Amino acid sequence: MTHSTAHATALYDIPGPVTRKRHFTYGVISTIVILALFGWILYLLFDTDQFTAAKWNPFTYKGIQELLLRGLGNTLKAFAYAAVLSLALGAVLAVGRLSAHRPVRWLATLLVEFFRAMPVLVMIFFIFVALKVQPLPALVAGLTLYNGSVLAEVFRTGIVSVERGQREAAYALGMRKTQVTTYVLAPQAVRAMLPTIISQLVVALKDTSLGYLITYEEFLHAGKLIASNLDYDLPFIPVVMVISPIYIGMCMLLSWFATWMARRQRRNPKTEAVGVAPAQPGTVLPGRQ
Amino acid sequence: MDVLTDNFSLYGEGFLGTVELTVYASILALVLGFLMASFRVAPVGSLRVIGTVWVAVLRNTPLTLLFFAVLLGLPRFGLVLPFEVFAVLALGCYTSAFICEALRSGINTVPTGQGEASRSLGMTFGQTLNSVVLPQAFRSVIPPVGSTLIALAKNSAIAGAFSVTELLGTYKTLNELGYSIVWSFVWIAVGYLIITLTISALFNVMEKRWGVAR
Repeated sequence: MTHSTAHATALYDIPGPVTRKRHFTYGVISTIVILALFGWILYLLFDTDQFTAAKWNPFTYKGIQELLLRGLGNTLKAFAYAAVLSLALGAVLAVGRLSAHRPVRWLATLLVEFFRAMPVLVMIFFIFVALKVQPLPALVAGLTLYNGSVLAEVFRTGIVSVERGQREAAYALGMRKTQVTTYVLAPQAVRAMLPTIISQLVVALKDTSLGYLITYEEFLHAGKLIASNLDYDLPFIPVVMVISPIYIGMCMLLSWFATWMARRQRRNPKTEAVGVAPAQPGTVLPGRQ
Repeated sequence: MDVLTDNFSLYGEGFLGTVELTVYASILALVLGFLMASFRVAPVGSLRVIGTVWVAVLRNTPLTLLFFAVLLGLPRFGLVLPFEVFAVLALGCYTSAFICEALRSGINTVPTGQGEASRSLGMTFGQTLNSVVLPQAFRSVIPPVGSTLIALAKNSAIAGAFSVTELLGTYKTLNELGYSIVWSFVWIAVGYLIITLTISALFNVMEKRWGVAR
């Protein structure tokens, strides 16, 4: 049993010997409950014949492996396009929101607020159904509009939160507006916001699975094809057991990278002028900040 | 405009479907999130592990994959429920991971000294929790929980693609009836805006009333 003081909260005192014994008992009971739950799930899996050779054999076929790999490749392709384009769109919209010209600022604000308030899936369906675009471009466009708008807010917050002295010093040196932004503000802001930017890319990676719903031939789609094959005795559960660890693993890897980056950045003197944002999932409330 | 007036009942049905999904899934997410947050700050190691694994896995699971696994996978175990219930289950579990993190960081904003002070005044654990820690945590938790629930409302659109009655799914029927696709999407967008802006307004009011004065 580990000590509970690793991250002290206001809730609990440092345990004495009696409390520690009690906690140990709780620990044993909860472990037993969890193990029983796992055992029950395992029993269900065996009981419904999920581990029969007929259901797992397909994964040894070369064609099936290639199908899965092609799906994974398509997922990563959509992610790569969406990531690059949304970073670019985010930069453009952030510059627009920080512009000195009022119409530009209003337009950028309107776009950012609208695309953040819409479900991504509605945008993807609109582009796919109403504009009759191919699945891949529709998926990438939807993801780009949404994640680009969120990233625009991240960039903007980063630039706004660079210490005022940095901007003033740059102007005092006679730099122009563009120079101040590109040479002084943006590098510091991006460095400090890197964890949040990467976390947003995790969202983009997760959302590539929406492509499944518009028949883009990505990873989940490949899985569905195998799962609905009668010749393999409908290996639905095996497919989920193969696909989800890969999907979740990819996202976890990227999430951990963001957290690691945040921890490293906090010790970095180059980000002193901006507070490093913690790596956080999800998005901010529309109309806030 | 015709699209809306001609199909008002269809849109109404979809709108109510989305609202219902959002409300039920929110309740499930808040309850599960609270439970997992209490696990994550518990002094018992194994409970902390459960909470941590729950959050780490669900936060990194694509929601479509979760829907896929729950809606099409659970029936294989002989568990046959209406799709709406499965959708609430998937949405609620997914969002509970984010709620858990919001609540946990809320509890962590309460300085350790507050708990130490209340214990040295002789307060019991229940008293410390109810009259010192939770009131303070609640205040700082309002905005992140609000944005999580807005994300939930937007994510409920995925349920429509798995043949649950909700707002986005209405486009299919309208399309078959031969209405303009662009306009049917405009009204779907308006519907979602109404829902998200309502949640946003609700939480803004809550924050104004109880939020931390900054």
